[in-house]
Amino acid sequence: MSPLLRLAKSSLGKKYLMAFTGFGLFGFVVMHMLGNLQVFLGPDAINKYAHFLKSTPELLWGARLGLLAMVTVHFCVGIALAIENMQARDQEYAVKRAVKATLASRTMVVSGLIVLSFIIYHLAHYTLLTIHPEYRNLHDDLGRHDVYRMIVLGFSSPSVVSFYVISVGLLCFHLSHGIGAMFQSLGLKNEAYVERIDCLAKIVAVGLFIGYISIPLAVQIGMVK
Amino acid sequence: MNLDAKIPSGPLAQKWDNYKRDAKLVNPANKRKYDIIVVGTGLAGGAAAATLGELGYNVKSFCIQDSPRRAHSVAAQGGINAAKNYQNDGDSVYRLFYDTIKGGDFRAREANVYRLAQVSANIIDQCVAQGVPFAREYSGYLTNRSFGGAQVSRTFYARGQTGQQLLLGAYQSLMRQVSLGTVKVFPRTEMLDLVIVNGHAKGIVTRNLITGAIESHAGDAVVLATGGYGNTWYLSTYGRGSNATAIWRAHKKGACFANPCYAQIHPTCIPVSGDYQSKLTLMSESLRNDGRVWVPKKVGDKRAPGDIPEDERDYYLERKYPSYGNLAPRDISSRAAKQVCDEGRGVGESGLGVYLDFSAAIQRLGEAKIAERYGNLFDMYHEITGESAYKVPMRIYPAIHYTMGGLWVDYNLMSNVPGLFVAGEANFSDHGANRLGASALMQGLADGYFVLPNTISGYLAGQLGKRPKADAAEFKQAEKEVGDRLQKLLTIRGKRTITDFHKQLGKIMWDYCGMARNEAGLKKALELIPKLREEFWKDVNVPGEGGDLNQSLERAGRVADYFELAELIVLDALMRDESCGGHFREEHQEEGECKRNDEQFAYVAAWEHKGVSQPPVLHKEPLKYEEIHLATRSYK
Amino acid sequence: MNVKLRVWRQAGPDTPGKFVEYEATGLNPNMSFLEMLDEVNEDITKRGEEPISFDHDCREGICGMCSCVINGEAHGPEYKVATCQTYMRSFQDGETITVEPFRAKAFPLIKDLIVNRSAFDRVIQAGGFISTSAGSAPDGNAIPVPKQDADAAMDAAACIGCGACVAACKNASAMLFVSAKVSHLNLLPQGKPEKDKRVLAMVQQMDAEGFGACTVTGSCEAVCPKGISLNFIAKMNRDYFGALLRAPSKAKAAHAD
Repeated sequence: MSPLLRLAKSSLGKKYLMAFTGFGLFGFVVMHMLGNLQVFLGPDAINKYAHFLKSTPELLWGARLGLLAMVTVHFCVGIALAIENMQARDQEYAVKRAVKATLASRTMVVSGLIVLSFIIYHLAHYTLLTIHPEYRNLHDDLGRHDVYRMIVLGFSSPSVVSFYVISVGLLCFHLSHGIGAMFQSLGLKNEAYVERIDCLAKIVAVGLFIGYISIPLAVQIGMVK
Repeated sequence: MNLDAKIPSGPLAQKWDNYKRDAKLVNPANKRKYDIIVVGTGLAGGAAAATLGELGYNVKSFCIQDSPRRAHSVAAQGGINAAKNYQNDGDSVYRLFYDTIKGGDFRAREANVYRLAQVSANIIDQCVAQGVPFAREYSGYLTNRSFGGAQVSRTFYARGQTGQQLLLGAYQSLMRQVSLGTVKVFPRTEMLDLVIVNGHAKGIVTRNLITGAIESHAGDAVVLATGGYGNTWYLSTYGRGSNATAIWRAHKKGACFANPCYAQIHPTCIPVSGDYQSKLTLMSESLRNDGRVWVPKKVGDKRAPGDIPEDERDYYLERKYPSYGNLAPRDISSRAAKQVCDEGRGVGESGLGVYLDFSAAIQRLGEAKIAERYGNLFDMYHEITGESAYKVPMRIYPAIHYTMGGLWVDYNLMSNVPGLFVAGEANFSDHGANRLGASALMQGLADGYFVLPNTISGYLAGQLGKRPKADAAEFKQAEKEVGDRLQKLLTIRGKRTITDFHKQLGKIMWDYCGMARNEAGLKKALELIPKLREEFWKDVNVPGEGGDLNQSLERAGRVADYFELAELIVLDALMRDESCGGHFREEHQEEGECKRNDEQFAYVAAWEHKGVSQPPVLHKEPLKYEEIHLATRSYK
Repeated sequence: MNVKLRVWRQAGPDTPGKFVEYEATGLNPNMSFLEMLDEVNEDITKRGEEPISFDHDCREGICGMCSCVINGEAHGPEYKVATCQTYMRSFQDGETITVEPFRAKAFPLIKDLIVNRSAFDRVIQAGGFISTSAGSAPDGNAIPVPKQDADAAMDAAACIGCGACVAACKNASAMLFVSAKVSHLNLLPQGKPEKDKRVLAMVQQMDAEGFGACTVTGSCEAVCPKGISLNFIAKMNRDYFGALLRAPSKAKAAHAD
């Protein structure tokens, strides 16, 4: 069997694919947050950043296609693994007790699927603008798309904010296990680092959560307007 | 019957080389034409099956467990001896040989034991090559420890799990042969009879423990490596599944049973805590390297151990055996424990226990060092008793642990039935009347890796094409006998359970044929056992049917065999009117020590079966010592 | 003490099973869990019914024969012990204890609490050995093994092959078992020549047996009677990755099949 075939067919290979794509998506989640946090620097900074991205299509589309590919692989391989994992036990226990396993580790499929549906909504909300086509017409004084206003408008609705906070929460919950598992799947853990990696994964997940939700909360309390 | 041990000629140190020089070989191209049946997958059976497969024979390997990695060799804790002299402390092949012969109280065959000591070094090499993770020094080289009954450090070990690691080594080699197609393993399959065709062992009848199917397997030779018969005593350190059925059925088909009364009683086991007890747990003898054995000096002293001042304690092993102290051989330590308990100085609720105290060692070396050496054993003790041996002394008491007796074999490890080979604890050959610590693993692997694969060719060379078909009349007959017997057990449907009978038999054996034996007791046992056996066959309740997995039926068959074997054990103990090693006849002692009678009893007692409730016939193989002089075994 | 048992009874692989309740009375807290089952079986036998079938042998936690999921936990409530070394003092007087067999597609049920674990043997057959034959070995001290490697190999080799890791894993994954054997042999210099071939072949067999994949929940490590570490799974992931990188040619990879 060729190495590539093994990568696609074996359980370990599939976990590598999950880890690689997970790592890429995690990188995006970090970059995206850093980009968004520019909202605290005022309209000019974030609109400039958005404009820069839009005016560099090779970067933007490169990233978009890459992300799409990674999401697709992460989703498809994840589903394939989930099916295999379910098939591996044909009869469930009458008494189920999760020994040591954290809730996050046991619900990766569920949290992943919910996060995926959020991503679709989120893209429709802010990227494709299908939910609010009027956002297309927001421009700042320099004629750039006014992303700042879009954010403020979008997060002015408490229901949108709560959905966003829950979803980002789930994403970070997914990552709180996923980051550590990624290192495990790629064999990058060992006795010396295992505890530090797991601890760091949780800190990063919490950090991401705080970073992300700080924006809608700031809009809600009127800090960003 | 003439029992010829077929000892090769020449000086002791050259016998094995001479043997190999003269041995008949099987042409490599012919090896695959031979089918060899190996029953049992412990150290001896697993190693033999793997090695015979490596040589190119077709091997069928049978075990009652669900996998050939689980036989009770797995439970050996302490280590394996080898005459490597890595420690430069004066060890040699001769010293290991002499220690083993002396340890066996001069009741083992000289040439066999010498060969064992010779191949001991190869075993270590082989196991290291297989990846057995023996303990090592920081240099990366192998380390050793001393073990009961030896004054040199020649014991190799893998934490407290040496047996497990050695067995996994053999198992892995066996699995390699399975993948190469030379070995086929039959797990959950029990041998229920030996099939003899034209006077040669040519097959076995088995029961598939899942489906209940009775099946025949033909082979050019049959190797039995099914372990010892200590479960005859009911409570022992054996695995619950360990049994004597294979060797007993072979005995009933003509193989002589040698020295059945030689059973080892291990001094360091956790004492019995109640009637429900199903087995006894051994604490490795290595504990005696740092633990001190004592009881109170006063009879009936029920104070907590910590409240008994130093000068009111009797460190009886150190007192009686100053040069070996707490490391005195197993039979001697066990008997000493029994003695102090009989005097009413035993400890614990039942009064059947002595202290094994680590406080001095903890003071000297620190708790951390002790934890490093014995941590897993202390944990195990804690799991079982709920007590911490770091705080209070362990309580220990002797228990049946190993049987030196077994089927009689010659130098080739072949029984008196041509084609029937017996390896490991199942044979009688190397340990005499007492086995030294860390020697069982050595013998099992020596037989399996190095002796049997070399000796079996001598027999096979003349047997090409003589393998019968598995549907020959002899097989059909054996199948019928096996089936009838099972059916008989299932149709009794009496009132008493199998365990009930087994416990009662065990008690008779422990009381009258245990650590100390005497004529009156043995005669009493000889009255009680046949009566109980009769009752068993009338009143035992074996539930279920024969056509599927039925653990009660499995057990019933084994217990039925213990009843017959127990009688032979007692008969042998009665006949051997001397004390030697693990066989202590109260009539023959000198200041509480064994008093051998070399003039009358320097022989192997090999019993020939003549039918149940018929007296067996005793054959004597005289033990001739060419190299050594018989001496009184002293550890003082 | 007294307990009520709910035990899974199933006459054979193709017959439906169900829970049957039994009363176990007058127990000594120092009895082992299996000794308690022995007593229950004695009562069942005396009533003329067929006793509960369960696997067991050494009863000292080393042979790996005993199994059972007790109240939802493989090998019962105690940490780092097998079922045979679980004592009744770990349970409450009057408690109801549910006893189920190990459940995994790769461990088909045979009867009552007994399952077939020969999938593990086949995984070992795929490469869980060092290809050496008796007689060919150099002196035991010819190849020094760094103590830390020998110790780590021993940590991995301590696996008793009981299958609790599979039973406890939500995916019925055998990663802990397989990684323990891969790590044991790959850590030692003796195992190096077959390192890549071994890990590729054993993982392939593991997948073929129908075990699930690893989600790194850690349940396996938590129920393991020998405390085999999850880090060995990381090591196997590393070894497998290296083997994939080092075996780009089809010929080499085919050799591992």
